[in-house]
Amino acid sequence: MFKNTNHFLARKWKLDGRHLALVPVREIILSMVKDNCYIDFKITHMATYQININGQVQQVEAMPDTPLLWVLRDHLLLTGTKFGCGIAQCGACTVHLDGMATRSCGLVISSVGERKITTIEGISTGGLHAVQQAWIEENVPQCGFCQTGQIMSAVALITQTPNPTDEEIDVAMSGNICRCGTYERIKKAIKRAAKSELK
Amino acid sequence: MDDHKIFKVSRRDFIKTTSVGVTGLLIGMSISCTDNKKKLTGDPQSRFTPNLFISIDGNGDVKLIAHRSEMGTGIKTSLPIIIADELEADWSKVKIEQALGDDKYGDQNTDGSYSVRMFFMPLRKAGAMARTMLEQAAAKEWGVDVSTCKAVNHEVVHSSGKAFGYGYLAAKAALLPLPDENKVTLKSPKDFRYIGKPSSIIDMEDIVTGQAKFGLDTNVPNTKVAVIKRNPEAGAGVKSFNAEAASKIPGVIKVFKLDAPGFPTNFFKPLGGVVVVADNTWSALKGREALVIEWEHGKNANYSSAPYIKNMMKGAKSKGKVRRDNGDVDEAFKASKTLLEAEFIVPHLAHAPMEMPCAVAHFHEQSCQVWAPTQDPQGAKKALAGALGLDEKAITVNVTLLGGAFGRKSKPDFIVEAALISKNIGAQVRVVWTREDDIQHDFFHAPSAQYIKVGIDKNNRVNAWLHRSVFPSIGGTAAEQAIEPSGGELSLGMIDMPYDIKNVRCETQQAPTKIRIGWLRSVSNIQHAFAIGCMVDEIAHARGVDPVQNLIDMIGDDRRIDFASLTKELENYSEKQEDFPWETARFKNVIQVAKEKSSWGKKLPKGSGQGIAVHRSFLTYVACVVEVNVDENNKITIPKVDYVVDCGLAVNPERVKSQFEGGASFSTSIALKSEITVKDGSVVESNFHNYFLARMSDAPIQTAVHIIESNEKPTGAGEPPVPPFAPALCNALFAATGKRIRQLPVKLT
Repeated sequence: MFKNTNHFLARKWKLDGRHLALVPVREIILSMVKDNCYIDFKITHMATYQININGQVQQVEAMPDTPLLWVLRDHLLLTGTKFGCGIAQCGACTVHLDGMATRSCGLVISSVGERKITTIEGISTGGLHAVQQAWIEENVPQCGFCQTGQIMSAVALITQTPNPTDEEIDVAMSGNICRCGTYERIKKAIKRAAKSELK
Repeated sequence: MDDHKIFKVSRRDFIKTTSVGVTGLLIGMSISCTDNKKKLTGDPQSRFTPNLFISIDGNGDVKLIAHRSEMGTGIKTSLPIIIADELEADWSKVKIEQALGDDKYGDQNTDGSYSVRMFFMPLRKAGAMARTMLEQAAAKEWGVDVSTCKAVNHEVVHSSGKAFGYGYLAAKAALLPLPDENKVTLKSPKDFRYIGKPSSIIDMEDIVTGQAKFGLDTNVPNTKVAVIKRNPEAGAGVKSFNAEAASKIPGVIKVFKLDAPGFPTNFFKPLGGVVVVADNTWSALKGREALVIEWEHGKNANYSSAPYIKNMMKGAKSKGKVRRDNGDVDEAFKASKTLLEAEFIVPHLAHAPMEMPCAVAHFHEQSCQVWAPTQDPQGAKKALAGALGLDEKAITVNVTLLGGAFGRKSKPDFIVEAALISKNIGAQVRVVWTREDDIQHDFFHAPSAQYIKVGIDKNNRVNAWLHRSVFPSIGGTAAEQAIEPSGGELSLGMIDMPYDIKNVRCETQQAPTKIRIGWLRSVSNIQHAFAIGCMVDEIAHARGVDPVQNLIDMIGDDRRIDFASLTKELENYSEKQEDFPWETARFKNVIQVAKEKSSWGKKLPKGSGQGIAVHRSFLTYVACVVEVNVDENNKITIPKVDYVVDCGLAVNPERVKSQFEGGASFSTSIALKSEITVKDGSVVESNFHNYFLARMSDAPIQTAVHIIESNEKPTGAGEPPVPPFAPALCNALFAATGKRIRQLPVKLT
C-alpha cells in the first residue's frame, strides 16, 4: 500500500555524511533515533499534543510524525522559522530545543514532549537580542530568508561558547546555508554580539 | 516566445501617466503645529500625489512606492532613496510600499541588473517634480518669488528664514499644475543627501525578528495547501495515477491531475503532474509521497547531460556558424609562432534560492488574487490571465519579499499552478515546492562546451583568436526552432570580447534544448568569462608576461571599442553604444586598482597563489583577484578576494558591497561545489546533500570590495560579481598548484 515508504525514509535519512559530523545535525539524528521517531506512513491518525513554545504551553492537533517545523508554521502561524530543505541540511528551520540549536524540519512533534522550544519570535522578551542587534549593525541580511535560522544557530553558539574562535564559528554555523552569501558578515556579527554580551 | 525577451526595452514615460489627487477636507485647514516661524503640518486627511511614486499627507508622512522586487539586492530601499533624495525628504518620515503588478509603473521585471540603471533618472525626476511643486506652493503662500524658496530636509525654507513643513504644504501643492518632468531642476550630485551614501535596508528589523513576510509566509486565513508530483522529465505528462493511499492520509482533501505542457514547456506554463490538496503542509507532503503514478515518456526521455556535453564538445572542435568575424583568423594562425588551444566545460546549474517557489492564490467569481515572491509581477499577471481565461484587470498580483531568486522567480509557472488549483477546488490555496521540487524542476543554467584557439606572433603579440561556444539556448525552452545560442546570449561575454586582436572569429554550433533552460545570475557570462578569463591567463604564461601586465597589453590603447564595426549581433545590454560605450580606460583602471589593492605578486607560502580575471557585464567593469590555498589533502580555502568595481555612480554603496561579497560566495558554489546532472530525462540531484552549495567553511574568508568613485551613469551590481570570480580562482589554483582547470566544478584529484 505504501509503495514509496522505504524510498521516502531513505531520502529523509540519507545525509551523505558530509555534514553529519556537525554537532547540530548529529543532535537531531541522535535525538530522533533515541526517541524512535521518524516519518511513518503507517501513521494515519491525529493526536493532541501540549508543547511548550516560547514559554507558553500550546495545544496542537497533528499527526504524530508531523515535523515541528510545520506545527510552528501551519498550526501556530509562527512563520519566522523557515522551510529550506526538509532534511536538516540547510538550517533555515533552526529553533532551540532546551537551548540547543535544532533543525525543526527533522524533529517530529511526538518526540518533543515537555522540552522547551524557542523560536525566533521568542528569543528576546524585551527589545532585540544582542545577536539581532549585531546583525543590524553589521547589515548582515540580503534576501533575509535564512537569517532567522542563522540567528538561532548564533544565539545557541554564543550561549554555549561565549567567546567563539573563527573555527568554532565555522563549525557551529556550517549547517546553515545562505545562498546570498552573507557568511563574512555573519561571522563579524557573531563576534560583535559575543563582545557585547561579555561586557 | 522570442528570446529577445532576454533584454527588455520597454521603458515608458511613466511619470506623465499620473494624476494629482487631493482627498479629504481642505476647508477649515487645521494647523496642528503652532511654531511661530514654522507651520509643519496641515489637515492629516489632505494628500499630495504628484505622480505614481510619491504621496505626502498632511502630517508630512511620505509614502514612496517600490515597484521592483526585493530579492536581496536592496532595491526596495535603493530606488526610494533616489526619490527621497531629490524630494529632499527626511528618510525617517518615509514609508515604503511595495507596488502591485501594474504596467502603469513601467518595467517591473526585476532581472538583468537593470533597476538602478533604468530608473535612476526617471525617479530623480519624479522626486524633483514633487520638490518643485512644494517650493512653488510655499512661494505662493508667502507671496514671494519661488527663487527665494528652497526645499531642505522636509521643509521649504524662505531666504528670510521662515519655513513650511511638507505636511503643511501638501494640500496646497496638490492644487498646482504639474511641471514638465523634463524641465524640473535636478539636484547637483554634490548636494545628494542619500545617493552615494551607505543606507541600511528598510526591512532589516523585520528580517532579524522573523516578522518579514516572504512568499511562503503569506498568511491568509483558510488557505489550503497543495503540493504537486511532477514528471521527472520536463513537460511530459501523467499516464495514470492511484490516489487511494494518499486519500487516506488525514487532512488530504483532493487529488487530481494537472495537464502537462509538452516540450518545449514555455516559460510561464506549469509542468503539470498530480496535485495533492490538504488542510496543512505535512498532510499534503505525506499524501504526495503515497501516490502511485505511471508517467508518460516525452521526447526528452533519453536526455542525459554527460553524453550531451561530450557531443557539444565535438561540435565545438569543428567549424560552426560565424557570429563575429574580424580579419582572417585562419591566415593569421599560419603566421603565429605559438598556438594555444583549450576546451572548457561548465555543467547545468540550479538556482536554489533559499525560499523555494511558492504562491498563494484565490480564484473567486471570475477574478483572481495572488501573493507571490515574483521578480516579474506583470509577466505573472499576463500568464494568469491567459491560463484562467480572464482579463488582466480581473487579476491582482501582490508582490511579497523574495527569499532569493537569482533569475528563477522571473518565471510565473508556480503562480499559475496556484491559480489553477484554486480554481479547481474553489478555495484559497498555497502551493508549496519542496527543495526536491526546486532542484529537479528548475529552469537550469545551460551546460556548455567551449573551444578557444589563440595565436601568438613573432612579436609576442596575440594575433588570432578563435572562440566556439556551444550551449542550448534559453529560447529553446519556448520555441523548438531555437537550437543555437542567440545574439543576446552571445553578447553576454563572448562576442563582446574586448581584447585588441586583429583577427577574431566567434562561432556557435547547434544544441537543442532538452530540459527547461533559464536565466541564472549573469547567465551565459558565467561560461564565457570562465573560458576567456582562463585563456587569457594561459596566454600570459605563454607570452612569459605577468598576468596583470598581459591584460593591460591585450586590451590595448585607451579607446571606445566600436563594436558595431566588429559584429552585427552585439546587444550591449539593450543600451545604445553611444550611451554606454565599451571604454578600455575603465577596464584598465579596475585592473590597476586591483593590482594595488590585492598587493599583486606578494610573497605567498607554498600551496598558495593569486589569480586575476576582469570582465565587463551589465555595463559594469569588474576586476577580481582571488588568493587561494591548497593543502596537502587538496582542500581549497580562499583567504582573500579583492573586487574592484566600476559601476558608475553607486547609489547605495553599502548594498553594492554586499552584492559583491555575496557574489563571491555564490560564485564559489559555481566554481567548486555545484553540478546538476541529468540521466534519462530526470535530474539526478535532489537536495543539499548532493547539490552542494558553499557553506561558511567553503566561502571566501575575506572579500574586499573597492568601488571606483564615479559620477558616470549607474550600471549593474547584482550580476557583475559572478563572471570574473571562477576564472580568477582557477588562475589562482594554477599559480598555487601548476594545474590548469578547464572544467567546473573544480576537481583537483
